[in-house]
Amino acid sequence: MFGGKRSAGGGGRGRAGQGQAQGKDGQQRRPMFRRRKVCKFCADKIDDINYKDVKLLMPFVPERAKILPRRISGTCAMHQRKLRTAIMRARQLALIPYTAD
Amino acid sequence: MNRKYELVYVVSPDGTDDQVTDLHNQVDAIIQRMGGQLEKTDNWGRRKLAYEIGRHKEGTYVLETINGSGELMKEIDRRLKNMDLVIRHLVVRIDEEQEVVERARARRTETSRRRRVARGLPPERQPGEGPRGEVDDDRDDRFGEAGVEV
Repeated sequence: MFGGKRSAGGGGRGRAGQGQAQGKDGQQRRPMFRRRKVCKFCADKIDDINYKDVKLLMPFVPERAKILPRRISGTCAMHQRKLRTAIMRARQLALIPYTAD
Repeated sequence: MNRKYELVYVVSPDGTDDQVTDLHNQVDAIIQRMGGQLEKTDNWGRRKLAYEIGRHKEGTYVLETINGSGELMKEIDRRLKNMDLVIRHLVVRIDEEQEVVERARARRTETSRRRRVARGLPPERQPGEGPRGEVDDDRDDRFGEAGVEV
């Protein structure tokens, strides 16, 4: 890994509003308190999003039992799609609720 | 053409263990008759349902992995629909997904090996190399309801 992760303010490159150009890199941290969101499945290298794995799916269906949107969870498009099918299958089998009751 | 399917069915809590095994045998009989193979069967036991189905609050889950044709699965699906003892069932084709998963996994190990070799390390991870690179800023605390943890 690159050593510069901890030296918070040191990465002055990202400061001048160029963050968008290099945002994809994700290596430097912006001075704001905005944390970079990471797709859980990419980060943990989970290839298989399976409907039987309730423990894996539950964090993505919070209280109201709705599927957590990408803008909040930070899941990437591909994995959100797979997550959706998995959740819908699990719901059919009553492993995950459709609604909060 | 044979494909791989997964069948999960939920047996009503009124059903005894004998009835569950009987059901399994019936499914097996259909598979035998239609020229498929039962690859694996797994009884998850009694679980609480996430919502009430009819008046039931729990059910016995059984998972079967089946090699067979689409016709066979259609037949099983039809049969299970008509059984009162089975309160839910789901048939999913898994061979394609499995292939995708395996390919992704193979690709990942391959690239990691290549990179390690390029860095002059042995291709496999050695014990005592320390933890994998930790991402400590993956949690977003701007959203209170975002409970994405673990």
